[in-house]
Amino acid sequence: MNSLSKRRTLPGFTPTLTATLLWLAILVLIPLATLFWTAAQLDASTFWQVVTSPRAVAAYKLTFGVALLAALANGVGGFLLAWVLVRHPFPGRNVVDAMLDIPFALPTAVAGLAFATLCSANGWLGRGLALLGIHAANNRLAIWVVLTYVSLPFVVRTLQPVIEDLGTEADQAAASLGASRWQTFAWVLAPQLLPALLTGMALAFARAVGEYGSVVFVSGNIPYRTEIIPLVILGHLESYHFAEAASVAVVMLLASFMVNGAINLLARWSRRHA
Amino acid sequence: MHSAHTPFWVRYLLLLLALAWVGLWILLPVSTVVYGAFANGWGSYLSALADPESVHAFYLTLIAALWSVAINLVFGLAAAWAIAKYQFRGKTLLLSLIDLPFSVSPVIAGLVFVLLFGGQTLAGTWLAAQHIQILYALPAIVIATVFVTFPFVAREVLPVMEAMGTEEEEAALTLGASGWQTFWLITLPGIKWGLLYGVILCTARAFGEFGAVAVVSGRIAMETNTLSLHVEKLYQEYQSQAAFAVASALLVIALLTLVAKSAVEWRLRRALTEIKHAPESV
Repeated sequence: MNSLSKRRTLPGFTPTLTATLLWLAILVLIPLATLFWTAAQLDASTFWQVVTSPRAVAAYKLTFGVALLAALANGVGGFLLAWVLVRHPFPGRNVVDAMLDIPFALPTAVAGLAFATLCSANGWLGRGLALLGIHAANNRLAIWVVLTYVSLPFVVRTLQPVIEDLGTEADQAAASLGASRWQTFAWVLAPQLLPALLTGMALAFARAVGEYGSVVFVSGNIPYRTEIIPLVILGHLESYHFAEAASVAVVMLLASFMVNGAINLLARWSRRHA
Repeated sequence: MHSAHTPFWVRYLLLLLALAWVGLWILLPVSTVVYGAFANGWGSYLSALADPESVHAFYLTLIAALWSVAINLVFGLAAAWAIAKYQFRGKTLLLSLIDLPFSVSPVIAGLVFVLLFGGQTLAGTWLAAQHIQILYALPAIVIATVFVTFPFVAREVLPVMEAMGTEEEEAALTLGASGWQTFWLITLPGIKWGLLYGVILCTARAFGEFGAVAVVSGRIAMETNTLSLHVEKLYQEYQSQAAFAVASALLVIALLTLVAKSAVEWRLRRALTEIKHAPESV
């Protein structure tokens, strides 16, 4: 108890904690409670009808599906980047490393504008893809492109410290025992990196699911085809269907909380393995 | 510490693939912005930036960002102080509540304030009766921005404050310094890099926020159109070059943020290792 009484000698506990709780309540808890309260204005069957309407279901499938594909792409690309950055130093590595934060720092509207232009029929990417018979503009492909971009840093940033800590002793030991490079990778390195890789991919997925700014530029926002969940919510809001907007938002929010819970479990698993 | 037994062609192939990945996802969009901004030459680039709507959007974004950073600075310091310096029940819960805004999609972040202030609730009717305009005006833009940037300052200051411990502050108080003197002379210099780092992250997000602000601002030109929203407006109006010009301003801000961030990151890491090693040697 000595440490407890000693810690209380610093002034300011009551005012700072009170300010924190009050501020948290006003800014976060009351607004979120309002969301649930507004959704609860609908009776159970109407709520169910709204959140399972074909248009909403199409949006769930699109949002979660494309976000998953973006997370998978980042799993591969992020692993490659983290590996090269840690294990194979090259001139200009620090610049490349710093550039990886651009998706965090650059406003999503700017990225959306750039990718919309790139994917358009006469854009740099769009022209190339058109030769292959693929139309990227206003398409799911374009949504995948921007979601992969916005969630790009997560896997790299989660893997980098783990690969650094790994060192090279384990794979050198495996190699000296006669393991081939692929055997070393598959049986020695991959199992140790898997928890961090999955954590990074889950973070990327969570980020991609919530993304709005860049998607509206590239998707064309066509109901049933390229409409993501935030757009369904805004659609209800624009026609003053507040309870309906709140209902879909509640479903999305609960899904995000579940993803977050999974991320915490993964992170704990990751730390145990570290 | 590269793996010595990796043959050199494998190393070059991996490096090439990694650079191609960065080129595709990072360099390509960035160069598109620069190329698009100057597509019609310097003259139209400058006139797009000097356009009254762009200038107003810039001012509005700056003011909203300053307010959000100031508010989060006060809150973040208070929260970090309470959490780092004292032991109490429910600390973990409080921390996860502070993190909560990060898992809320920006559009939902905007929606909750439309619902709260929109007239259907007690708060909404009361505000309407007092003729206080929050929605579709600066206050709503600031509130939505504060929501999405809520955890940044607290989250970055907290680990530094925890690492500092309480000994130095207690010594200052024992020697007769007041609470505020202790804070200004002992705590603040100790946490300055963490604080600055949080402020940088907060500023970057505040400048670029799109979804939450789009929902609450009403997007009225010359009134509630922020830079990000203005980029979209110009794009919808097929003024591609002007959209890119405004976007390039945001790009410059983002690049400056990154430079500041890496400079501070380095100092923050050094400060943290210094703190970690200091108490043991005493």
